Amino acid sequence: MTYLRRSTPLHAARSSAAIAWCAALVLAAFTTSNPLVVATLAIVVLIAGAAASVGRRVTRSLLLSLPMAVAIVVINALVAREGLTVVARLGNGGPFGQLDITAEALAFGGEFALVLIVVMEVAVLASAAIDPDEVLRSMRRVSFRSALTATVATRMVPLLALDSRRIGDAQRCRPKPGGRLAIVRAVTANALDRSLDVAATLEVRGYGGAQRPRRLARALSRHDIAFFCSAALLAALSLAWPASFSYYPTIEAGSAVHAIVLAGALALAALLPFTQRRGIER
Amino acid sequence: MKVLELRGVTYTYPGAAGPALRDVSLEIAEGEFVVLAGTSAAGKSTLLGVASGLVPHFHGGRFDGRAEVCGMDLRQSGPALLAAEVGTLFQDPETQVVMGTVRAELAFPLENHGHGPVAVARAVEEVALALGIEALLERSTAELSGGELQRVALGAALAGRPRLLVLDEPTSQLDPVAGDELLALLRRLNEEWGTAILLAEHRLERCLAAADRVIAVEGGVLACDAAPAGFLAWARSERPELETPAAALIAGLGIAAPAPAGVKQARAALRSAGLLPEREPPPVEVPPPRRRRADPAAVLRLDRVWHELHEGRAILAGISLQACAGERIVLLGRNGAGKSTLLRHAAGLLKPTRGRVQAVGRVALLLQNPGDYLVHERVAEEAGRAALEQAGLWHAAQRHPRDLSGGERQRLALAIVSEGEPPPALLCLDEPTRGMDRAAKAALAAELERRSREGAAVIVATHDPEFAAAFATRAVLIADGRLIADGAPAELLSGGWYFATETARVLGGHAGILTAAQAIAHLRPSGAVLEPQS
Repeated sequence: MTYLRRSTPLHAARSSAAIAWCAALVLAAFTTSNPLVVATLAIVVLIAGAAASVGRRVTRSLLLSLPMAVAIVVINALVAREGLTVVARLGNGGPFGQLDITAEALAFGGEFALVLIVVMEVAVLASAAIDPDEVLRSMRRVSFRSALTATVATRMVPLLALDSRRIGDAQRCRPKPGGRLAIVRAVTANALDRSLDVAATLEVRGYGGAQRPRRLARALSRHDIAFFCSAALLAALSLAWPASFSYYPTIEAGSAVHAIVLAGALALAALLPFTQRRGIER
Repeated sequence: MKVLELRGVTYTYPGAAGPALRDVSLEIAEGEFVVLAGTSAAGKSTLLGVASGLVPHFHGGRFDGRAEVCGMDLRQSGPALLAAEVGTLFQDPETQVVMGTVRAELAFPLENHGHGPVAVARAVEEVALALGIEALLERSTAELSGGELQRVALGAALAGRPRLLVLDEPTSQLDPVAGDELLALLRRLNEEWGTAILLAEHRLERCLAAADRVIAVEGGVLACDAAPAGFLAWARSERPELETPAAALIAGLGIAAPAPAGVKQARAALRSAGLLPEREPPPVEVPPPRRRRADPAAVLRLDRVWHELHEGRAILAGISLQACAGERIVLLGRNGAGKSTLLRHAAGLLKPTRGRVQAVGRVALLLQNPGDYLVHERVAEEAGRAALEQAGLWHAAQRHPRDLSGGERQRLALAIVSEGEPPPALLCLDEPTRGMDRAAKAALAAELERRSREGAAVIVATHDPEFAAAFATRAVLIADGRLIADGAPAELLSGGWYFATETARVLGGHAGILTAAQAIAHLRPSGAVLEPQS
């Protein structure tokens, strides 16, 4: 979950535009209940990941979320009681009563799992493609010290991971490695030492007397405009023109044409900003 | 105009038995380049802490006396206020970078001081150009090498154009090339920007030539405050371990000239005494290292070892190397050349992606940070009595390992990895002399020599050519994961610019001489006192 600097339109957009676009995708996933639209969004985020040169990461997040998605479908099928179309009777489930698996519960679980997949994909895409320094810099105007603490904590995580690996290697070099507790103690003590060093650095960089930064007036780039417009369009489409789909007590799908058109429009709105490749630093 | 003025400063850390600084009075004027010299724990870092305001504001403790930094009273102004006038750079580059990208890192101190976005952007561009790191501006700080990180940290310290720059052994983790580049940069800043520099450094031979003044600290007291030549004369009589090789050479030859602060002055003194060897023609092309035949006495054999990163570069690219019992090998090369990886392969911490590693007997590896080995509450729990006695640490058996000095920690870690039966057939040490003073380095060299006499092969990766010359019987140079030279230290450490001792640079690589003692024996066999020729 670390930021990867790449030469892509999403990376070139300012953080507020990129965040707005990611938030609009999540909003679209939550406002629609149509599985076709949500599945389209999941594919759109995969394509966006590839266009942002972080496709491998987004695909990995999809694979990691699959077991969780399956678990959601299974659990929902076992606990949901609202559906009427029974597809399997599992008999008496003890404290859970009669276990009847319904098509409605399976479909609702599947749709909810798809939403979860979209959210995870978007989260990974955002962490890989939105500069955290820029996000925190913009947040600093709201709460300087909280944002800075978050920055430093973010910086400490890989540092401490590196230290733990180093201490682990050193222990492997000992003829008699120290016990697990002793190693945990050493890692903790080392983390405290590191924190002190970083705190000293913050002091000599003037953190103790830090002042609220002034606003930076920056002209909107073509990528900023494209992602802001895309976000607005995604939000408008998903809020104003949702594709209806209800699961309980029986599955009631709205117009298929409506769902297909909406899915196509959302995909187009989300992916169009990636076609603009001018003004991207190499 | 003074940038630092101390009057009778005495300072004691919280819980310490005695003061770290005692009645220190000194002044540093604007534009001065001052080097702080002294053995480990002499009080150099504490003095730097006073200049940056960390002492007493960050560390606490008892502070007596008066200190003014750039006209600000230290009692009223903490490090954050002083940071507007004082830039600070510590030893460890990793803990000095707090932001995610280089641009954000350089902007950070300026934003803290409330500069506007335009001023910040301009200052960031300027400091990046001045330090030659403009190509790094958009890079993530997590991707940078040690040398690059140290430059970025220096950039952050300089971004606000401070009047005083305080540096605590900034080159200790850098290879000779990066170290020399950093020192050249400091010299330029001092000359062109007029920034006063206060630099603590153990390897004095690297920085005295640039210095206007040298202040020696001993036991928290100022022992000497003089121009470099005066300091070297004082060191010769009072603290020989602080004397540079070039100064020892000129004094040892009995040349009646001021002690030289650097190679240029030493060469001039030798020339005036008629002792500077004729400039030798450039060496004929050195043949590439030949593949040695398998030696039956070898305790380590690396056969065309590759270490290739997944979707990344090759850290080791087909290295073949063998080490025999009793050999003392030094591995040289720039940061990232592959030295540490090679040692990890030797110790079995890594598996080669191609090639073969064969070790006969036990391999002990001491990694860069000896503190990583120390996990218990008492020294006695870390190693057995015999090992502690051999390391000269039995007296400290009941102390906490983290309370030991740097040299003692190093000895303890060495005792830990080499403890047990059978004793290690191969001892590998990765950068063991970082932050060590000369006395501690000499003690370590003697200890490694003792172990090699007892039959162990020793391999040391180091950036310190002086230590390499004192310790090694064989030198290996690595670049980009390839072994590019393998021979006697006299061949390898005498002819180069960076991987050469100061004596070798003074003599221009003459006769493979590496140390002042060798040079004195070679140039003045008669023992006559030499006067400069008019």
